[in-house]
Amino acid sequence: MAGDDGATPLIQAEGLGKTYPPRDRRGTGFRAVAGIDFHVNRGEAFGFLGPNGAGKSSTMRMLGCVSPATEGTLRILGMDPARDGRKIRARLGVVPQDDVLDPDLTVRENLTMYGLYFGLPRRVIKERTERLLEFAQLEEKAGEPLGALSGGMRRRLTIARSLINEPDILLLDEPTTGLDPQARHVLWDRLFRLKQQGVTLLLTTHYMDEAEQLCDRLVVMDKGLIADEGSPQELIRRHSTREVLELRFRIDEHEQAAEKLHDLVRPGEGERVEVLPDRVLVYTHDGETTLAAVTAARMTPITALVRRSTLEDVFLRLSGRTLTD
Amino acid sequence: MPMFLREFLSWMLRYRRTWKSTIVISVANPLLFLVAIGAGLGRLVDPSSLGGLTYLEFFAPGLIAAAAMQNAYIEGAFAVHGSLRRGQGYAVAAATPLEPRDIMAGHLLFMAFRIGTSALAFAVVMMALGATRSPWAVLTVPAALLTGMAFAAPLAAWTVTVDKFDTLNKVFRFVLMPMYLFSGTFFGIETLPDWLRPLAYVLPLWHGVDLCRTLSLGTATLLTSAIHVGYLGALTAAGVAAALVTYRRHIHV
Ligand SMILES: Nc1ncnc2c1ncn2[C@@H]1O[C@H](COP(=O)(O)OP(=O)(O)OP(=O)(O)O)[C@@H](O)[C@H]1O
Ligand SMILES: [Mg+2]
Repeated sequence: MAGDDGATPLIQAEGLGKTYPPRDRRGTGFRAVAGIDFHVNRGEAFGFLGPNGAGKSSTMRMLGCVSPATEGTLRILGMDPARDGRKIRARLGVVPQDDVLDPDLTVRENLTMYGLYFGLPRRVIKERTERLLEFAQLEEKAGEPLGALSGGMRRRLTIARSLINEPDILLLDEPTTGLDPQARHVLWDRLFRLKQQGVTLLLTTHYMDEAEQLCDRLVVMDKGLIADEGSPQELIRRHSTREVLELRFRIDEHEQAAEKLHDLVRPGEGERVEVLPDRVLVYTHDGETTLAAVTAARMTPITALVRRSTLEDVFLRLSGRTLTD
Repeated sequence: MPMFLREFLSWMLRYRRTWKSTIVISVANPLLFLVAIGAGLGRLVDPSSLGGLTYLEFFAPGLIAAAAMQNAYIEGAFAVHGSLRRGQGYAVAAATPLEPRDIMAGHLLFMAFRIGTSALAFAVVMMALGATRSPWAVLTVPAALLTGMAFAAPLAAWTVTVDKFDTLNKVFRFVLMPMYLFSGTFFGIETLPDWLRPLAYVLPLWHGVDLCRTLSLGTATLLTSAIHVGYLGALTAAGVAAALVTYRRHIHV
């Protein structure tokens, strides 16, 4: 079967787009995904990084074969979602943006029910359920109603549930949004393990650290389009300098200081200044030297911080906005 | 195993946890009505005005049909809305190999189970109370089931298109409740004014009530029963046909 020979990508999208129908007769449709190209290889962890409304979930739903594409072509495991939705979904694991778990059922029953949907024999469901409860560290909660779970536990249960059919591809829509740092790390660890087992991961996020940690390759999405594609390091190298000097000034000095800073950087070498409402970012190859120059020019920032460039900076460069505004 | 049975099984799995609370609304409530109105208030009605029937005999088979309609609303409207908009159980099923039509068929089968078992419980009590006059009364169970499905299928087809829960409440109050009153459940439609009577003939519930009542009293004729069954069956079929379209549109958005 195409897509399984290792040469052709597992997932291939060309000019993929989604326009939602208007909500009422007077309304107009909304083009949430405006023609995107990407491919995902077997065993990769592939990310969609973008702010709210970028079209990440819309893309994920098309990949999950629950939302028909309105333009372009999509091939998953060599099949066409419009024709072979059933067959494709049988080999996908889906973690939607919101945890949709059944509140009337216990933790274990939520897994059982999902196994039934995939037509697995009872014996297999039973055996996998126990294994997944362990994987999600929920053994002690197995018999409890859903209300007894914290947000992080619910998320782990949703991920465990998505694995009941031992999927080839796992679609994770914002897997760690709303979780505390510790819960996020536990989840990242679980996802790493899956990747090692050969599961292809696709995830959306608006956390740059998550994208950097988990993704081999990612696309930066904004307003339904892909702004660029590459590994986290490639993207940072392409769109940013090695280091960033973050400066905060008193409000009345902010504008003026920003002006002056422009004289300190060498645009020819990719250095530049980015003025945000609350701070100024100086993209530079050597943060400490630039900071020394700032002090020498008798500027007095309230705070100064040298850090490495991240995907946040890439996004800022590509879209002119920060990821979280 | 056909795919839609997976959806049915998942509803049954849930039902194992929720049946206790549904018993109250779908079985105990109608029975309370039956006893309070049929056997209590109904004593005030002179049998000569009902052609020799006791009010209980008249009312009970009407109520089994009306209760089926009410259960159809609970399952076909309220539960469907919850599955699509609130709990999003449909979305969970849609992520698996199931197609929207499987989700629809499986849920309808579960509705049939709920409506049918509630009707059965009601029929048993009805017979125990001596409220039936003919052995044909056993057929009130499938008749009530058909009545319920004639509501459930079109309701489910419509409900997946409804955004606001409040719309469902309004329709219940302003469409279902009047239908309850004017379909011959509590009083024969012969007592309605001439100009209103033709309207009752269009109401699906009247067909259900008349079918159940004539079966229970042993006065059913083949022709009228066939008309009732045909009308209710056509509504069910139309509902399923519509649901095939609306489920696909609203689940695969
Ligand atoms: N069913 C729908 N009907 C109409 N418009 C929709 C629908 N679903 C999403 N949209 C719109 O499409 C756009 C993209 O939404 P989408 O959920 O794909 O974004 P996202 O990148 O996942 O955002 P977030 O980070 O907030 O989850 C938004 O403007 C949204 O309002
Ligand atoms: Mg989203």
